[in-house]
Amino acid sequence: MTQGVGTALPKRTIGLDKLGVVIALILAAAWLLLPFADFKPNRILPGEPRSIFSALPPIYAAILAVGLGLSIFASLIRTSAIPRLLLGFIGVVALVLAIGVAGHYLTPEGDNLARIAPGAGFWVLVGAYALLAADSLTRLRLGPWPRLAILALVVVGICALLWSGAWDELSILKEYASRHEAFWREGQIHILLAFGSLIVACIVGIPLGIACYRSKRLRTIVLNVLNAVQTIPSIALFGLLIAPLGALAAAMPGLAAIGVSGIGVAPAMLALFLYSLLPLVANTVVGLLGVPEDANDAAMGMGMTDGQRLVAVELPLAFPVILTGIRIVLVQNIGIATIAALIGGGGFGVFVFQGIGQTAMDLVLLGAVPTVGLAFVSAVILDAFVEMTSPREAAND
Amino acid sequence: MSWSLIIRLLVLALLIAFLVAPESFAFLLQPFTKIGQPAIYDRGTLWGLTLSHLAITFAATSLATLVALGLAILVTRPFGAEFLPLSRSLANIGQTFPPVAVLALTVPILGFGTAPTLVALFLYGLLPIFENSITGLTTLPPTVTVAARGMGMTGLQRLVRVELPLALPVILSGVRLSTVISLATATIGSTVAARTLGEIIIAGLTASNTAFVMQGGLIVAVLAVLIYDGLSALERFFVARTTKGSSLSPR
Amino acid sequence: MIEIAEISKTYGNSAVVDRVTMKVEPHTITVIVGTSGSGKTTLLRMINRLVEPSSGTIRIDGEDTRTVPAYELRRRMGYAIQGHGLFPHRTVGQNIGTVPKLLGWDKALIARRVDELLELFQLDPGEYRDRMPSELSGGQQQRIGVARALAAEPNILLMDEPFGALDPIIRAQAQQNLLDIQKRFGTTIVLVTHDMEEAIHLGDRIAVMDDGQLLQYAAPEEIIARPATDFIDELIGTGERPFRLLSLASIRAAVEPGEADGASISADATLRDAFAELLWSGRTALPVEDRGKRIGRVTLAELKRRAARPR
Repeated sequence: MTQGVGTALPKRTIGLDKLGVVIALILAAAWLLLPFADFKPNRILPGEPRSIFSALPPIYAAILAVGLGLSIFASLIRTSAIPRLLLGFIGVVALVLAIGVAGHYLTPEGDNLARIAPGAGFWVLVGAYALLAADSLTRLRLGPWPRLAILALVVVGICALLWSGAWDELSILKEYASRHEAFWREGQIHILLAFGSLIVACIVGIPLGIACYRSKRLRTIVLNVLNAVQTIPSIALFGLLIAPLGALAAAMPGLAAIGVSGIGVAPAMLALFLYSLLPLVANTVVGLLGVPEDANDAAMGMGMTDGQRLVAVELPLAFPVILTGIRIVLVQNIGIATIAALIGGGGFGVFVFQGIGQTAMDLVLLGAVPTVGLAFVSAVILDAFVEMTSPREAAND
Repeated sequence: MSWSLIIRLLVLALLIAFLVAPESFAFLLQPFTKIGQPAIYDRGTLWGLTLSHLAITFAATSLATLVALGLAILVTRPFGAEFLPLSRSLANIGQTFPPVAVLALTVPILGFGTAPTLVALFLYGLLPIFENSITGLTTLPPTVTVAARGMGMTGLQRLVRVELPLALPVILSGVRLSTVISLATATIGSTVAARTLGEIIIAGLTASNTAFVMQGGLIVAVLAVLIYDGLSALERFFVARTTKGSSLSPR
Repeated sequence: MIEIAEISKTYGNSAVVDRVTMKVEPHTITVIVGTSGSGKTTLLRMINRLVEPSSGTIRIDGEDTRTVPAYELRRRMGYAIQGHGLFPHRTVGQNIGTVPKLLGWDKALIARRVDELLELFQLDPGEYRDRMPSELSGGQQQRIGVARALAAEPNILLMDEPFGALDPIIRAQAQQNLLDIQKRFGTTIVLVTHDMEEAIHLGDRIAVMDDGQLLQYAAPEEIIARPATDFIDELIGTGERPFRLLSLASIRAAVEPGEADGASISADATLRDAFAELLWSGRTALPVEDRGKRIGRVTLAELKRRAARPR
């Protein structure tokens, strides 16, 4: 910011933090108005609300309540980023452990039908603390490596929590327990769909992008077509691919033998591939167009051929932009792959749509949570990579 | 009149004709049915479903535009500046959520029907509009904003007369993105019993009637492409108005 | 009159402007000159409160600027900046009419004022009124920027490097234009520049700033003859001093009676022009004419005397 564009705020040593006020209000409201856990007699019936004091053994409840009270107060005060980050982090960990305890505490002895689900209050409380932590992380402007380290820490923490059995009495994990084989199978398919289509799209899309960069006419045509494809809703595209693929499989038994058919993985894969092309081609073109002219001139002046220039100058300089395209594609594919379940393509979407069909929300969560997690982790990792490969000054966001 | 415009108008005319009198097109879809299956969706009119689909999308997107733009204005004023960095990362993180997940997670709170779809579309639709509005409002040419201040415009006058008009093309492209996502997500909304065109596709999938899948898919696809095109044209019009000049501006 | 008293602006511990005191006389051009980071722009922006001073006061015609709302204060002054800052989404006419509209002028009056200003800046109103800024050349955009600043007939015009983005020939025209307008309306102008040549050319008085401090505030002759610090000397350019001095006065001031041979020179040209002509044509004196009439001559000897360091 140039001087004087914004009038500097008066410096206050102690004062109210505006975001802190919002978070304190959310914490208080979630604590007092929303159920901490839901008790369901079985997996389909609606839950009965349980407050913190009825969901936890008295000592745990008291500790949690004191902690909540203190943190409501603490979040109000303007402090530096690190204490707020710690507060947010400790808050999330405490809640996550507490809900596990609630699961064990609320499940009646020997009752296999009852389900304990985290209530709205739990989710909002976790969200508020996560907001606090996210705000501090944003303000700290961490570099890519520290961000990856924090991500690794969180992932390891979640794995440890799941492995320890602390959450075993919670509804999502009960759904998991009765379907763990299907869970891993669909997980593999989901990853195969998202990553497989990405790899194929890279093999096709990046050369296509280079060709589009060289020829302006080709660029207009290809980008227009891909734009239109991108606009078609996924379920419609899946549907539209059923007929041609079915016809193809019927006409060529060889294709059918390797698994190509109107429904299933093949149309899903093809659709994801088509969706992936636009960000890849467009970003390759944009990246190459963004190569500074003097770098290109210098390379030509040194006697590089077109091919040498592409490999030695243009592609390396365009790489961060292409990587950004890959990031967009991956996050998008992980999301859209959920819909493949509707045409028998498998993936985590199977649980989401089964859950919707059976009105079993825990089953929906079993599909939705890993999808969101996968997309989130991919986004953070690829964002970090993009930043590492970008020139220095680009690192402000 | 350019070729592309003629093609688009032709496609639009075909779409309307198909929606009004689907039976006249039945012969085209008949080959995709198995024996005894109807070629045209028969548990509701295509018209009705299309209108309901568009209405849901339109309602959600308009509401999302109002709220997202309001929030973006708030966090770009001095008063809300403290929220700017966080809201930026939230919009960024939020977009890693698949729309289907948002839809599915709304159901436990609101039950089945149109309501959860509307809410999911609204929530998810906020993000691109919010992100683009912030980008538009924070990347104005500094000389222009300084000049506006220097001439004695109040904060509100600057917002209404300078900042919003200049950010309009970027905001509009957020609205376009949001509309396209909403059109797609509304299709999936039929899995939670919202009345949308997805109903036809789902019906086709469950009865393995490819004709249904085809007609549902085609209507949705054509709608999406046409709406996307229309909004892009609107955007180009506004960009042209701010940068090019009077030859294009309305009178 | 603008009275600046002990004005400071500090960000954290560093003072961008450090206790500056100066008085700007009405109906004059005051140029604030300095390198980038000297605090000259901040000083200017404190006059219309685009930057709020950390301490000190600024009075305009005796009235403390803090007693009126900032936006009202700004509407009373013109403000023109480098890169013009025209609103790209509004026509030339709407741009010029911005402040009058803010002040609630009558529509017809605004339209009349816009046409008047366009004519003043040698742009045909019929042709340019409804154009968009992006359709104009850089020089035209800059002129519209100044016209916009003058629209509400302000007594004071603040200009921040207004000619910085122009190429030399257009810049010279724009400077001449500004001088003419100032003479015609008697506007008090405060102008910021990093270019000492421009400062000497335009300024009735020059304020030299460095590192937040006001080093010297004086008439151009004084600055050239008796620079307060080595820094100012450097800013003027040691090798340029005699020529700068000559460029300040018109020939009229140095005319003496007598005859001379060859082509004559206008009495309105500067002594520097006369000097160049003398050297180039190898003469020792030039005939001087005023409106086609010979009024005397100007000699090399006189110029030599005038170019020497004043005592």
